[in-house]
Amino acid sequence: MAIYRRSYASYSGALTPAWSRCLVLFRYCRQNLFRSKLQTGFFVLCFFYPLLCLIGVYLAHNLSFLERLGAARNQFAQIDNRFFFAFVNVQGTLAFLLTAFTGPGLISPDIANGSLPLYFCRPFSRAEYVLGKSSVLAILLSYITWIPGLVLFAVQASLAGAGWTWDHLWIAGSLVLSFWIWIAILSLLAMALSAWVKWRVVAGALLLAVLFFGAGFAQAINGVMRTESGHFFNISYLIATIWKTLFRMDVDLPISATEASVALLIYCAVCLLLLLRKVRAYEVVQ
Amino acid sequence: MSTAVQPEAASGEIQPVPLAARETPLIELQGLSVQFGKREILRDLTASLRGRAIGLLGPNGAGKSTLINTLLGFYAPSSGSARVFGHDIRTETRKIRSLVGYMPENDAFISKMSAVSFVRMMGELSGLPPAAALERAHEALFYVGLAEARYRELGTYSLGMKQLAKLAQAIIHGPKLLILDEPTNGLDPSARQRMIRMIREIRDGKELQIVLCSHLLRDVEDTCDEVLILKQGRIAHYSNLEQERTANKRFLELETYGANRNPADNELTSRDFTGAIEKLGCECAVTGNRIKMILADGVEVRDIYRLAAEREVRIRRLNFRRDTLEDIFLKAMEG
Repeated sequence: MAIYRRSYASYSGALTPAWSRCLVLFRYCRQNLFRSKLQTGFFVLCFFYPLLCLIGVYLAHNLSFLERLGAARNQFAQIDNRFFFAFVNVQGTLAFLLTAFTGPGLISPDIANGSLPLYFCRPFSRAEYVLGKSSVLAILLSYITWIPGLVLFAVQASLAGAGWTWDHLWIAGSLVLSFWIWIAILSLLAMALSAWVKWRVVAGALLLAVLFFGAGFAQAINGVMRTESGHFFNISYLIATIWKTLFRMDVDLPISATEASVALLIYCAVCLLLLLRKVRAYEVVQ
Repeated sequence: MSTAVQPEAASGEIQPVPLAARETPLIELQGLSVQFGKREILRDLTASLRGRAIGLLGPNGAGKSTLINTLLGFYAPSSGSARVFGHDIRTETRKIRSLVGYMPENDAFISKMSAVSFVRMMGELSGLPPAAALERAHEALFYVGLAEARYRELGTYSLGMKQLAKLAQAIIHGPKLLILDEPTNGLDPSARQRMIRMIREIRDGKELQIVLCSHLLRDVEDTCDEVLILKQGRIAHYSNLEQERTANKRFLELETYGANRNPADNELTSRDFTGAIEKLGCECAVTGNRIKMILADGVEVRDIYRLAAEREVRIRRLNFRRDTLEDIFLKAMEG
């Protein structure tokens, strides 16, 4: 099909492996995401807190320098599970806001412009499509969550020595696990909303509403029914419960981490069902 | 009840060009039924389609698009089965999709993407390596006539340009079968002509086979050599278009001339001639030295030659009138 020949010719070259094709979606979506200056700016902003933490870790191990500056030792936080828990909370919130920016634009344009049949008329399944689209969020959120978290841990480990590293190795596992649970929930929630709501802004607003109204609804149920089971409607409370358990925070929790995990699993399953119901080449209208 | 349909016996002048792929039918339907809820959209379709360019015809709601979508694996059959190039649509969907290029009926694009990025992405999703996909995206867009506009965002394209972009994405990966669902929808006459010309070029290139779904008879007539007509989810007719056109042997057009006579005498002879034909029970209409007639049952062409010989009338030309696709379609609809 050379340009100068102006005639059709079939393709007989090599093909890429089937498993790699969902990454095609990631590449093209990423290009689109960083077209927006606001979004790019916010993404860059997400690295400020890890940078501050990094400086904090460095300063905490250079006490002579601090004393020369006249600062008391106890003015600087200890680098322990509380430090990393705070890091998870801040970066988790930023991850949520970044998802509210980027998530709604992932699937809704494809549905609005009717391009789903073009994806699925190729050797490319619905599962691969969902995987490809969710990889956009997963990779993007990884850049600002567990990757800087591990870098922070590695820097602390290198400065604190083998003894500290060995005693606190579990923090690295908690960091990765906490963030991956959060990324999975955010990705599925954002994509389900993106699939069902055509307008990007509305889908973004809905994502915020799910979390904030969920919290309000949970409080209302707890207040009216004098119970703690309202917390099951509050996704941010559920994830906070899991994080607190993973970081061994010494607090009383009205619901256990196992109960919170089961509730979040149910939310994920519902999102996945909603997603698969909407992501199809043609919708059969009853 | 299932109806097995095969194209009728060859007798026309133009034969469909045989392809290597013809050994296996392009599409084989075996009692295929598709149901949405309680509503049966396709009912017990059985046919073996082997044409180079097959037209899917039928009134709105006949099940044309549903058949295409079922072949692509978008809808699951409620009973029966179908095969594309010998691959089962239930179990080998992925293989079928790698062999098929599909141009859907409705708008289908990604508005914030340039045409070249869009077509390239579709190529990559079909398995082409990035460099090859980029090269072929440029070629495909040149081929369909969007060379100058290939860096523009698809959202800014006119309807005709979007149709061409859809065609480009359907051929980027070099499919063996091109499925076109209403390709001339919303096109102005010149754009339609261009699209039809392109489809004919692709067909004549013999690199792939085409299934064209349309309710516009003219589009199918201009591009296809076989036609499958659907009516209320059933096959109403399936035939080779060229054979079908010439199958109606009852309508004749004659041009006559009487040797060594002046034109007035010739006309007089013709009248005698037509009178004799009418006595056989045939209907005639005379215009100058041309006679149009419908042969009565039991009357053969040799009877006409005999009458002409008895009256010393020379038959200079005898043509069977060709049925148009509209005639074939209406006949199928009446049936």
